[in-house]
Amino acid sequence: MLLEVRDLHVEFRTRDGVAKAVNGVDYSVDEGETLAVLGESGSGKSVTAQAVMGILDMPPGRITGGEILFRGQDLLKLKEDERRKVRGAEMAMIFQDALSSLNPVLSVGDQLGEMFVVHRGMSRKDARAKAVELMDRVRIPAAAARVKDYPHQFSGGMRQRIMIAMALALEPALIIADEPTTALDVTVQAQVMDLLAELQREYNMGLILITHDLGVVADVADKIAVMYAGRIVESAPVHDIYKAPAHPYTRGLLDSIPRLDQKGQELYAIKGLPPNLMNIPPGCAFNPRCPMAQDVCRTDVPPLYEVDEDRGSACHFWRECLNG
Amino acid sequence: MPEQPYEPEGAIAGTGMGGAMDLAASEAVTLEKTPGGPEGTGPQQKPRSLWSDAWRDLRRNPVFIISGLVILFLVVISLWPSLIASGNPLKCDLAKAQEGSQPGHPFGYDGQGCDVYTRTVYGTRISISVGVLATLGVAVLGSVLGGLAGYFGGAWDSVMSRITDIFFAIPVVLGGLVLLSVVTSNTIWPVIGFIVLLGWTQVYRIARGSVITAKQNDYVQAARALGASDSRILLRHIAPNAVAPVIVVATIALGTYIALEATLSYLGVGLKPPTVSWGIDISSASAYIRNAPHMLLWPAGALAITVLAFIMLGDAVRDALDPKLR
Repeated sequence: MLLEVRDLHVEFRTRDGVAKAVNGVDYSVDEGETLAVLGESGSGKSVTAQAVMGILDMPPGRITGGEILFRGQDLLKLKEDERRKVRGAEMAMIFQDALSSLNPVLSVGDQLGEMFVVHRGMSRKDARAKAVELMDRVRIPAAAARVKDYPHQFSGGMRQRIMIAMALALEPALIIADEPTTALDVTVQAQVMDLLAELQREYNMGLILITHDLGVVADVADKIAVMYAGRIVESAPVHDIYKAPAHPYTRGLLDSIPRLDQKGQELYAIKGLPPNLMNIPPGCAFNPRCPMAQDVCRTDVPPLYEVDEDRGSACHFWRECLNG
Repeated sequence: MPEQPYEPEGAIAGTGMGGAMDLAASEAVTLEKTPGGPEGTGPQQKPRSLWSDAWRDLRRNPVFIISGLVILFLVVISLWPSLIASGNPLKCDLAKAQEGSQPGHPFGYDGQGCDVYTRTVYGTRISISVGVLATLGVAVLGSVLGGLAGYFGGAWDSVMSRITDIFFAIPVVLGGLVLLSVVTSNTIWPVIGFIVLLGWTQVYRIARGSVITAKQNDYVQAARALGASDSRILLRHIAPNAVAPVIVVATIALGTYIALEATLSYLGVGLKPPTVSWGIDISSASAYIRNAPHMLLWPAGALAITVLAFIMLGDAVRDALDPKLR
């Protein structure tokens, strides 16, 4: 297994109290596999990714438990400088907003080339040539002419391609893409996702795709992990989840997608708000918003029940949910 | 809940609900910046950075041009005062004390019979040297300490910030009277040292603040995610984005440091004769303001123009580097 996250706990100590952002997350990705991590804002999907990358701001963040195994080695036990060698070279990250993720005062060529200067000790000139090559590979037209341009001179889609090129530069084994298409318009979203999926196949990388866009997931993911209040509430191969969700939260998410055949009708929304992470409800965290909640949900935290081989649901009533 | 087919296609149709606005915004930016087209396949103009943008703004700003020319003139005559003043500022004729304007001596004579014009021209050198050196010291010390405190935070930041509070609490003139009155050196260094000692905290705060702001940018996290080290992030990603406010503050401060030097010299704790300084001349002329106002007006006017020029320059630079403030 390329990456295995085991029982990860992350909390943030703030002035107002301790926010439990991640409360026992398990997931894994293999080479060539795409895992989609779904969830609302504040569900802990990005924090988990930052913990994996080792770019969590500590303090206020703190990893209070668990393991992050990369090719069997626990990254949390590495020293910071050893960890830094892993970042960029072995695993890389693509961020949501490419404009703010690129340094406005450096040309894209400088930023792409930096990867080779930092990790490979290349000369500036060689690094520049590599940068052009990478820009070609993510299909930026006239790469050689544009390598000296600054990020604001590119369109949104082009900027995200440059981010992808930066992440791919050293051919890492794992890429974490944190909502890579959220800031883009729909047509460009599709192009960027296609490019990402194609490059992933080409290099046989593991891909963790963090998103709240179920449409994107259906096309590219192999398996899905749905997160709620810092836990995985359902994990399943992608087609199973679309056919029949085994957790009421997943069902709620799928029901809230606007659909063409429901034109004119009111759009379904999950009632209530995501829980306050400083004060997560006892029992199942989703129980105050759950249409199926019973007394047991308010007292007992549901374990991740095995629904099927490689499929799990953290709902006491997953059978009922599965049957609609 | 009615059974519904969960079709991925249905989902895709609805994915872009929030995308239309982004499209409009990003395309507008692109079109504005690259006339080559939406994807800008080949902009024929030179790439524009913050600095080249700022320079373009500055070149068209009359405030910048005027203050820049004044400062250029001041710098030139501080380097080569004999270009416009052939006399010797220390060669005085007591018989002519307090006499007014006359041919060859347009500004008249001061209380010691020295030529006011020559002294005013030569005084530029001291004022500019003190201003530039003190500003350099303040900018280097303040931005290094402030940058480190802002980037690493923690205990070092807390301690340093309390220390700056202490320095902020010292009244400048009183501090000058106390500290400089014990110095006997006849050079400009004690005055520069004093200004740096009291001035670095201002730049420290600005630098710390702008590094903290720059540190929170996504591209810093992105650089970290791609394996850049602390020193690399600080020097290559944060410093260029945090330096603009420091430059602005330093330029404006330069003018005030020149005024501060004059103030200290006026009070008798700054520079001392025979150093030629506007502050000293203003001080010695102030006793005769009723009989011979020209002795006061020329050095005071030169001081005012110099301070104003630097402050105007600082303002123009700030406008160019931070369009949001306009």
